[in-house]
Amino acid sequence: MISINNLKAGIGDKEILKGFNLNVKPGEVHAIMGPNGSGKSTLANVLAGKEDYTVTDGSVTFNGKDLLDMSPEDRAREGLFLAFQYPVEIPGVSNINFLKTCLSEIRAYKGLPPIEAKDFLKMVKEKQALVELQGSLANRSVNEGFSGGEKKRNEIFQMAMLEPSLAILDETDSGLDIDALRIVANGVNKLRDKNRSFVVITHYQRLLDYIVPDFVHVMYNGQIVKSGPKELALELEEKGYDWIKKEEEQVI
Amino acid sequence: MSDILEEITSSEYKYGFTSNIEMETAPKGLSEDIIRFISQKKNEPDWMLEFRLQAFRKWQTMEEPKHWAHLNYPKIDFQDIIYYAAPKPKKKLNSLDEVDPELLKTFEKLGISLEEQKRLSGVESTIAVDAVIDSVSVKTTFKEVLAEKGIIFCSFSEAVHEHPELVKKYMGSVVPYTDNYYAALNSAVFTDGSFCYIPKGVRCPMELSTYFRINTSGTGQFERTLIIADEGGYASYLEGCTAPSRDENQLHAAVVEIIVHENAEIKYSTVQNWYPGDKDGKGGVYNFVTKRGICFGDNSKLSWTQVETGSAITWKYPSVILKGNNSVGEFYSVAVTNNYQQADTGTKMIHLGSNTRSTIVSKGISAGFSNNSYRGLVRIGKGAKNARNFSQCDSLLMGDKCGAHTFPYIEIKDKSAIVEHEATTSKIGEDQLFYCKQRGLDTEKAVALIVNGYCKEVLNKLPMEFAVEAQKLLAVSLEGSVG
Ligand SMILES: Nc1ncnc2c1ncn2[C@@H]1O[C@H](COP(=O)(O)OP(=O)(O)OP(=O)(O)O)[C@@H](O)[C@H]1O
Ligand SMILES: [Mg+2]
Repeated sequence: MISINNLKAGIGDKEILKGFNLNVKPGEVHAIMGPNGSGKSTLANVLAGKEDYTVTDGSVTFNGKDLLDMSPEDRAREGLFLAFQYPVEIPGVSNINFLKTCLSEIRAYKGLPPIEAKDFLKMVKEKQALVELQGSLANRSVNEGFSGGEKKRNEIFQMAMLEPSLAILDETDSGLDIDALRIVANGVNKLRDKNRSFVVITHYQRLLDYIVPDFVHVMYNGQIVKSGPKELALELEEKGYDWIKKEEEQVI
Repeated sequence: MSDILEEITSSEYKYGFTSNIEMETAPKGLSEDIIRFISQKKNEPDWMLEFRLQAFRKWQTMEEPKHWAHLNYPKIDFQDIIYYAAPKPKKKLNSLDEVDPELLKTFEKLGISLEEQKRLSGVESTIAVDAVIDSVSVKTTFKEVLAEKGIIFCSFSEAVHEHPELVKKYMGSVVPYTDNYYAALNSAVFTDGSFCYIPKGVRCPMELSTYFRINTSGTGQFERTLIIADEGGYASYLEGCTAPSRDENQLHAAVVEIIVHENAEIKYSTVQNWYPGDKDGKGGVYNFVTKRGICFGDNSKLSWTQVETGSAITWKYPSVILKGNNSVGEFYSVAVTNNYQQADTGTKMIHLGSNTRSTIVSKGISAGFSNNSYRGLVRIGKGAKNARNFSQCDSLLMGDKCGAHTFPYIEIKDKSAIVEHEATTSKIGEDQLFYCKQRGLDTEKAVALIVNGYCKEVLNKLPMEFAVEAQKLLAVSLEGSVG
């Protein structure tokens, strides 16, 4: 699915990703944890193609193609989806209209005709039910006046609509109450399939009770410093990051 | 929406063609002789010539306004302009077959049909069009259908001949020729425009539309529009404009006057797309327009909606005098400037009657090296009890070489007034753009989507057909402005 090799990237002179490696196979769910500022969102943004960051070294292959060579919109059209840590508002543009435009673009890229209005509406209904998103939210302007939790849920709704092959969820669980957390996790679980992979960035083991990952990675200082099975998350929850930081510093 | 956006493929001004229509023009320059020439060409009655000459004499004593608006342009040589250009032949046209085929082609290219499509039973959404090319009205459609209801919709020249009592009564009653420099100039030299009269109690069953086109090089276009809604009447009126791309600047100085009587309502919508000049600021239309209406009777309503994307310079303040009690004035505006365009636009809401209400929503969008100013006056006169105004002026900046300015003037002479003003300035967010791209949209589509969303409140006020055109225009005007 995606193969990230020795990725180095930063802003200006500041290097944030310092040789990042990760391999995700189709159908796998990888969790990335790590202290604040360790570079998790940066990784997500660099993969999605945010122009603020400069890649200085390394390579990323996504479904056999050179990801770093593609424009952000082409990465999305190739099936990369990022659920943002802080989703932005687009006043005056309805969620539905937004998604319809995006879907048409993605389909056009793949050489498919625009989706029929009635199929689109059917799809909206279905996916809305999947994340238990209220109908009124789907008709409102993109994220405008949404609560923090509603924004996160809307990201998952968009993901469900756009059917990506790789979804990166950047702290989709933060700001969610217990019920919403379960709903979002359920939504993700229903979308899990052998051809779709997930990279789930989170601070809390709690989410991983619902979305059970195949691997857990700990990121620190721009690199993965520890990987393990899902139990690693429990260990982290118990001990915090200090022991990892210490281990790291000893190595240096 | 997405279909509309798909249609946008080139950022060039697509109305920039010229047409080979045989024209009859006056010599360059302005004098009493030229005015007599125009008046004679139009076979006008003496009172009309007299009005022109008075306006001209007034104009000669006036100073070109230069400094109060936030605009910058070289001095205009008023002797270097052709004040009259008309398509030949000048004989009265009785059917479309007699119209110069080149001219029909011109309008086809503009996407305007001068054919009266047969109305399907029950479908009432056709548009009656008055087409004005350079200075002359060439064709008004659906006249007979409208006449059945007593509605007069014709060229201004025709109204001078056929309905002199109405023209004499109302012309200059809202915008006197003494009003300002360009209104005086227009009053002296205007050649044609549209005239519309809605009789008592009549709701106009279709959209009325005037389409203006400057064609001949070196001409000024000075049209005059006069709209009257008698008691209880209603009409929705649309105005569209385009011009060929030319290196030199062309002057457009129009006057629009609207009179709304008791319980009547007029909605006036404009999609202004005069040639804006090229990307280095060469050429383009100088658009100096005086538009004003009066809510004369009680419970009357006048609503201006404008989408301004064209012109090198726009100077325009569609205004409402709220004289009748409980009358309502509205101004909804989107003004886009890109490259080296300059716009200084806004409105004046003059509250005179009691319980009068006005709403102002202005959305300015600046890109490139352009300058975009909102200038608005809200005046609550003495004795205008319980007047209310709400103004919202938003500016959106694309890039860091453009300017947005807001100049709200508020004069309150009655303590019972409630006036609210809100203003915001924002930059088109990198984060918004990235968000859209991450969902599969390219920069151009993302900008169009964000901008259309930003202007939605105003676009929603436009009649359907115009809203679609306006959305396209916004997208085209801003192409290449980001990234
Ligand atoms: N646009 C930026 N400009 C300057 N510094 C940045 C920028 N983006 C990230 N950084 C810096 O890079 C480092 C990594 O930030 P990043 O947001 O990737 O961390 P994170 O692991 O997602 O943290 P959190 O858990 O708090 O979300 C931080 O020190 C941050 O300040
Ligand atoms: Mg983060």
